Amino acid sequence: MQQTMSQPATNAPRTGAPGADRAFQWLTLLMALSVFALIALIGYELMRGARLSLHHFGWRFLVNSDWDPVNDIYGALPAIFGTLASSVIALLLAVPLGIGTAIYLTELAPLWLRQPLIMFIELLAAVPSVILGFWGMSVLVPWLRTLLFPWLQKLFGFLPLFQGPAGSGFSLLAAGIILAIMIVPIITSVSREILRSVPGLQREAAYALGGTRWEVTRIAVLSYAKKGLFGAVILGLGRALGETMAVMMVIGNSPQIVLKLFAPASTMASVIANEFNETPPAGLYPSALFELGLVLLGVTVVVNIFAQLLLKTFAGPSVKPQP
Amino acid sequence: MTVSNHHWRRFKNGFMQTLTCACAMLVVTPLVLVFYHLLHEGFTSLNWAFFTQLPKAVGETGGGMANAIAGTFILLGQAALVGVPVGVLGGVFLSEYGSSRLNWAIRFAADTLNGVPSITWGIVVYALVVVPMHGPSALAGGIVLGMMMIPLVMRTTEEVLQLVPTGYREAALALGIAKWKMIVRIVVRTALKGIVTGALLALARVAGETAPLLFTAFGNLGWAHSLKEPIAAMPLLIFNYAISPYDDWHRQAWAGAFVLLMLVLAINVGVRFLTRDRYRRNS
Repeated sequence: MQQTMSQPATNAPRTGAPGADRAFQWLTLLMALSVFALIALIGYELMRGARLSLHHFGWRFLVNSDWDPVNDIYGALPAIFGTLASSVIALLLAVPLGIGTAIYLTELAPLWLRQPLIMFIELLAAVPSVILGFWGMSVLVPWLRTLLFPWLQKLFGFLPLFQGPAGSGFSLLAAGIILAIMIVPIITSVSREILRSVPGLQREAAYALGGTRWEVTRIAVLSYAKKGLFGAVILGLGRALGETMAVMMVIGNSPQIVLKLFAPASTMASVIANEFNETPPAGLYPSALFELGLVLLGVTVVVNIFAQLLLKTFAGPSVKPQP
Repeated sequence: MTVSNHHWRRFKNGFMQTLTCACAMLVVTPLVLVFYHLLHEGFTSLNWAFFTQLPKAVGETGGGMANAIAGTFILLGQAALVGVPVGVLGGVFLSEYGSSRLNWAIRFAADTLNGVPSITWGIVVYALVVVPMHGPSALAGGIVLGMMMIPLVMRTTEEVLQLVPTGYREAALALGIAKWKMIVRIVVRTALKGIVTGALLALARVAGETAPLLFTAFGNLGWAHSLKEPIAAMPLLIFNYAISPYDDWHRQAWAGAFVLLMLVLAINVGVRFLTRDRYRRNS
């Protein structure tokens, strides 16, 4: 095993058993390799659980729009639709807010305000999903039902997206808003790291040309950081796709494909969380839920790897996806 | 260059400054609102019984979450037993041994693992532990939280170990000490505060996890008498109370949410003071 740093003392006499060194190295190697084992284990267990459903439905599972436990027919399309729709809404809300906040924090905000704001945003990231979900269902959803939905309908009622009964408030839009709240901290903190890694010379050159603060930010910083910011967004998407509790508590959990903001929907994660405890121990029903988990895992892993590649090629190892 | 152009640029600058400031305020608003409601509904529903009594049946008022509070700590203890040793030793490997290509792959895998949805962890450990044991158990809950901690602890450990100056390592090796002793006694000890910080943050993160516990720890209205029984946990009980139709249970859920958030935030804020101290002394 080649060592990462220079070791001037490899030939020096050593105290203790020579075997101990090797044993320690192997032990740490084993523990480090556990991440591969865990990934393999997750994939294997999901495949094993989903075997029956994979065999029975094949690729039709992905395009079938019926989720019907009574007749034992399962299609993932409604859940895939709900997952994508709620995540897209979340991104539409969270990306401008997150990147705007990151720009404010690194370029424009007065210095004394930066640290407290950063701390607040990090605390927001620490709020457990179930608490945000509870807040969502008891505060946000009633507010949406009584205030925002009627107002939006008055303004944009001519668009199909905003039509339909405002209903209970448990809806795609509620899920999108809660998800946006959950992913905005990660988009902000990763974007902030990206913006901070833009070399100072870039900025100074733009200032020297007589730019205002905003012009410097736009010309020197944002155009330089574009790729990294895109990585931050994709990382936020990965989080949004897999979020479970908060979404499940506000989305209304109805396996339908209706592209209306005020209509309830379901996501892959929410269907699993909702129905897994009610399934019989064996059979097609639990197997279909495992397959749903497999699809969810596939999507989030692909999105995450894409985000990591973007971030790592942007700035080397100094920018970490994990805040 | 006309004067009006100059004004226009100044105006744009001020406008963007205001706009991004508004973004920041809007981002912080939900946190303030959540805090407000938790304080308003949660803190007022807190009483002594909440910490000392078991949940009451539907219809009876009062009762508490004593079992869920204890359950959360038991689950976290087990999770730490699984996650901290594996994570810390793996982090040692990433920082002190290995080739750059292998370590790149391990880091990549750990970051990918961090992105695995929590509900996925839940059904995987269900298949792995709950099915062979013929039922949900505290053990399964501890294992799933512990597994989720591994990549988190590994990455933070590696990060803080790399802050230890190379000179420390060289000096120790020059004195003829074995490499593993050098790592344990010099490198790990120097970075111990950072490692503990990372482990605590990982614990705070899994403390609020609900989805992985739904099918593993399952919840329990009474006390769990062994690790083979289902166990109550605060996030689970908050969730069950939250989706119930009873006002009294909602009050309990607010109180539980308040206590859980305080626990998580106390760790987060406490740890910040710990690390701030460290940087100050080093500089």
